[in-house]
Amino acid sequence: MNKPNLSIKIGSMEMKNPVTVASGTFGYGPEYADLVDLNRLGAITVKGICPDEHIGNQTPRTFETRGGMLNAIGLPGPGAKGFIKKYVPFLKQFDTPVIVNIWGKGMDDYGKVVELLDAEDTVTAYEINLSCPNVKEGGSAFGTETDSFSRVIELVRKKTQKPIIPKLAPNVPNIGRFAKAAEDCGADAISIMNSFPAMAINIETLQPELANRTGGLSGPAIKPIAIKLVWDAAKATKLPIIGMGGIYEPEDAIEFMIAGATAVAVGTANFTDPSTAYRVIDGIEAYARRKGYGSVSEIVGTVKA
Amino acid sequence: MKQEKTTVVEHHNFQGEYRILRLSAPQIGPMVKPGQFLHLLIPHYDRSILRRPFSIYKADADGVSILYKPVGRGTEAMRILRVGDPVDIIGPLGNGYPQQAEGKIPVLVAGGYGNAALFLKAKELPVKGVAFFGGRTAQDILCVDEFKELGWDVRPTTNDGSLGTAGLVTDAFDPWMKEQNIESLELFVCGPNPMLKAMGDRAIERGFTAWLSMDKNMACGVGACLTCVIKRQTEQGWEWARCCKDGPVFESREILWDE
Repeated sequence: MNKPNLSIKIGSMEMKNPVTVASGTFGYGPEYADLVDLNRLGAITVKGICPDEHIGNQTPRTFETRGGMLNAIGLPGPGAKGFIKKYVPFLKQFDTPVIVNIWGKGMDDYGKVVELLDAEDTVTAYEINLSCPNVKEGGSAFGTETDSFSRVIELVRKKTQKPIIPKLAPNVPNIGRFAKAAEDCGADAISIMNSFPAMAINIETLQPELANRTGGLSGPAIKPIAIKLVWDAAKATKLPIIGMGGIYEPEDAIEFMIAGATAVAVGTANFTDPSTAYRVIDGIEAYARRKGYGSVSEIVGTVKA
Repeated sequence: MKQEKTTVVEHHNFQGEYRILRLSAPQIGPMVKPGQFLHLLIPHYDRSILRRPFSIYKADADGVSILYKPVGRGTEAMRILRVGDPVDIIGPLGNGYPQQAEGKIPVLVAGGYGNAALFLKAKELPVKGVAFFGGRTAQDILCVDEFKELGWDVRPTTNDGSLGTAGLVTDAFDPWMKEQNIESLELFVCGPNPMLKAMGDRAIERGFTAWLSMDKNMACGVGACLTCVIKRQTEQGWEWARCCKDGPVFESREILWDE
């Protein structure tokens, strides 16, 4: 039987398979390069970049929970210029598109960071972080109100021809409205979902387990939440969806695609097993073959609901 | 750095609550440098999703050993590992201890099973010297004979006085230090944070070198997630340094301790 076509498109970005990594779980690429052949990934999504260097939160920054983990790293990073200097020469070597996750402390930062990055051919697309639960400025403040959400996307749209992919917050009453707003503002795709706002408290010290007090929950515990959000959003928009949230096995990724995701991202599972993305790619291919599909995109949105 | 599917070849009690786990790891074993660690995925343990970092105690062409104590949910769950069981590890990770500087007098300082992280260094150092091992009781002073066989002059201290000097490592180290050419001392240290800080403070006050192996909770272990960061002094102030990638070994002057 013929090998199913694994490639997909997100706007003008061609991915050789539908699997990328979730921003923040894979550094900027070199960190995992000894363990993962970056040429095998559909795309590399790097950690959030804002215009200037950012120090992030105090420690403890992560805390393991049952079936997941909390993080409040706080988006430390080298800034746009630091990213270009330190990581673009490395990322250039690979035949894999690079999605740069961008964020801002204020509205203007989103435009500024794109201005600084856009001339780099290595930067294939932008994922717009409108949903980080761990920074006071920006982040989820923009992602939970449709007005500011739309304004950020419109601003970024004016600055670049490259695909732009808003990353949606999970803690909104109606994700379909955000999905539709993204489409109306010229986004090329949407990412669903960011980590879920959450908290853990030490019962002896009575202190929160994270220095930031609250963080974002990720890992297998959130997968069913993410599946529903993807399913909801897919009904509201024609945009391709990059689905993520607790993907550990190929079956998890396939479930996201059935719910309506065109592509998927492996996140926290990279920490557990860096070979997860390989297994997911192979598993999606095997499923498509077993179903007799000519292309993996035939899996997308096949849910009978 | 490699990810390797290893097999348990040895797993038993060592002394008191401490246990030895030996894994066949023909890929990772030969790559190990003293002071590096491995990141172990505890099998059949579905409550935890993160790996656990362990200092490498011994390593050779065939595999690696760790010396551990069940202290939490993860290490408790490791008790069930049997000879022949598969264990997924990533390693060797971290920078490890540097080569000894010329003309320096090497000193080992460890708290509890911290000396497991020093064993390969103890073996590698061309000139042996004094090793200060501290623990709560005699049960917590490990591997004394092994270090003695390598030629180290082991000086134990225990909080309860059940072995060696009664008190903390510093109670044995301080009087000894005063009789040395202090600035020539080069310490290789592994143990709990208060001990690391005590040794680091002395190194700065008295002008000797101390290499401290820092222990922070980790998630990825490879430098990506930025969980295990500590403050490293810079000319302008400080920056975050990752214990997993930039460390775990730092010179005392690099570290900016949190108050």
